[in-house]
Amino acid sequence: MAVLLLAEHDNKTLAPATAKALTAARAFGGNVDILVAGEGCRAAADEAAKLEGVGKVLLADAPQLAHRLAEDTTATILPLMANYTVLLAPATTMGKNVLPRVAALLDVGQISDVVEVKSPDTFVRPIYAGNALETVQTSDKIVVATVRTTAFAATGEGGSAAIESVTPADEVASSSFVGADITESERPELTAARVVISGGRGMASGENFEKLIAPIADRLGAAIGASRAAVDSGYMPNDYQVGQTGKVVAPELYVAVGISGAIQHLAGMKDSKVIVAINKDAEAPIFQVADYGLVGDLFEVLPELNEELKKAGYGD
Amino acid sequence: MKILVPIKRVIDSNVKVRVKSDGSGVDLANVKMSMNPFCEIAVEEAVRIKERGEASEVVAVSIGSAKAQDTLRTALAMGADRAILVKTDDTVEPLGVAKVLKAVVENEKPDLVILGKQAIDDDCNQTGQMLAGLLGVPQGTFASKVELDGDTVKVTREVDGGLETVALTKPAVITTDLRLNEPRYASLPNIMKAKKKPVDETTPGDLGVDIAPRLKVLAVAEPKAREAGIKVDDVTALVDKLKNEAGVL
Ligand SMILES: Cc1cc2nc3c(=O)[nH]c(=O)nc-3n(C[C@H](O)[C@H](O)[C@H](O)COP(=O)(O)OP(=O)(O)OC[C@H]3O[C@@H](n4cnc5c(N)ncnc54)[C@H](O)[C@@H]3O)c2cc1C
Ligand SMILES: Cc1cc2nc3c(=O)[nH]c(=O)nc-3n(C[C@H](O)[C@H](O)[C@H](O)COP(=O)(O)OP(=O)(O)OC[C@H]3O[C@@H](n4cnc5c(N)ncnc54)[C@H](O)[C@@H]3O)c2cc1C
Repeated sequence: MAVLLLAEHDNKTLAPATAKALTAARAFGGNVDILVAGEGCRAAADEAAKLEGVGKVLLADAPQLAHRLAEDTTATILPLMANYTVLLAPATTMGKNVLPRVAALLDVGQISDVVEVKSPDTFVRPIYAGNALETVQTSDKIVVATVRTTAFAATGEGGSAAIESVTPADEVASSSFVGADITESERPELTAARVVISGGRGMASGENFEKLIAPIADRLGAAIGASRAAVDSGYMPNDYQVGQTGKVVAPELYVAVGISGAIQHLAGMKDSKVIVAINKDAEAPIFQVADYGLVGDLFEVLPELNEELKKAGYGD
Repeated sequence: MKILVPIKRVIDSNVKVRVKSDGSGVDLANVKMSMNPFCEIAVEEAVRIKERGEASEVVAVSIGSAKAQDTLRTALAMGADRAILVKTDDTVEPLGVAKVLKAVVENEKPDLVILGKQAIDDDCNQTGQMLAGLLGVPQGTFASKVELDGDTVKVTREVDGGLETVALTKPAVITTDLRLNEPRYASLPNIMKAKKKPVDETTPGDLGVDIAPRLKVLAVAEPKAREAGIKVDDVTALVDKLKNEAGVL
């Protein structure tokens, strides 16, 4: 059995999601190669080669792969699949965009959001916003699956795999990259952060995120998240949304502020190690999953929390 | 220009699902079913494009049991012109759905297919991408903005880092994200009118499509429930607990 893992990266650095998906890939028990497709992405390939347990790193470097558009990435992956029986990618927006297209062209199904590899053909995945876990067995000759990275620890370094160039497919003319509006932030990436502080509709404005949540996030080195209501209301950009249809996070500490705890939100954070809820409504459902609940007005609680952390010496 | 909108009937997003005690699946008996919320957004977008005069016809299609008729009627009440029910009582996985849709596309020849990015029951997030692959056409997934300009459609996509815009040559497949639009409620007169709009019926067999599943469900289980913890009185107690009890600060 041979596994190909499609790497998540930004051409310069390898995203933590790749090392986590690698852990799932190694659970198949066969050789694992990593494909780094991009433009000028040698540095990311170097990082991938250092991960433990990698057979080799395939490097596809071409201008048409710069943004990993689904059409071009699929065309490059397809011929490689003659040598593999498993294709994996982390369930990032890149993985979710590309892999089903490849699967369809291989005439196989895709298993989305794998949280456990039981055997090379049997997997566990969440359905219904994580309210049920389904164990499925595939009869396809090639397994194509995306990996929910919060369910796997990252594979460490210690390898020195060879890097081999592969020929990228010709550019697909029917789609092209126009531009991107990428959120710039000094804070850790939401899905990889050790601490996440999320705000909901109760925050009442984007300025309040800046004024009340940001100082605490800075003290704790935390990422900031948001509920759908906070994103829909324009308080925060779309890439901050945590939940069934946003990002799934599982940090050591998740702080939910002014968030009621709808099932769609819980789906994105209930596997966090410790959950704190700050809400003025003592009956809010979020308290049913919180390890520590504080009933109170966030406009009073957050400044107090910031002061308390300052007193305790965090971030100064 | 013609737009095809595949829609799915799913458990209502407000229903709390329960796993059956024998672990064979979730209990769908007597629960409220609705149009998948992302499909509502897809219908709304197609209807708005038509209302702007940029499309001449919106066709809704659903693959499922006879009850999917109700969902198609909702799409017609929102403004779709006609509907197609591909009737089956079998389990259809995303690859099967994509193959059926490919056959429908070959008959209907739409310029755009707009789907939801994911169905909130199986949460697969696959069908649109698979359909685009099978048709050999470009895809604009997780769309928060769709702009038509002659043969090109510009799609702004919600991606992990923020937003990304791609230009696709029609025909193309688009999948909707939450911020694309706010779907309308169908008005009573429109619900009445929808009853007279045509709904054609066919089957996967008639379309010559093999929908045999590739997956076998071995078990469905409840995830480990989280227990509610404690309430703390104030911020001082909270920081103390996080530091000294939970050890996460
Ligand atoms: C198809 C679909 C997909 C969805 N996907 C997601 C998703 O991915 N992520 C997501 O989050 N949601 C998602 N939702 C939406 C979800 O159902 C909820 O509507 C949403 O999570 C509510 O956000 P909220 O908790 O911020 O707002 P609300 O439910 O309005 O809660 C606000 C809370 O703030 C508290 N509050 C108000 N003021 C204060 C104050 N001054 N101090 C303290 N507390 C205060 C209130 O007591 C209340 O509990 C989805 C819904 C659908 C239908
Ligand atoms: C193990 C298993 C058990 C199943 N059991 C049942 C069952 O008991 N009853 C049942 O009815 N189905 C069942 N199905 C089928 C299933 O509900 C979905 O139709 C199929 O798996 C597609 O997955 P999804 O909806 O998550 O796709 P996604 O890729 O998340 O859907 C995205 C979009 O594709 C379109 N789409 C998806 N399905 C359809 C459709 N049927 N018609 C039109 N457009 C569609 C919609 O625009 C939707 O927004 C089962 C599937 C599996 C894999």
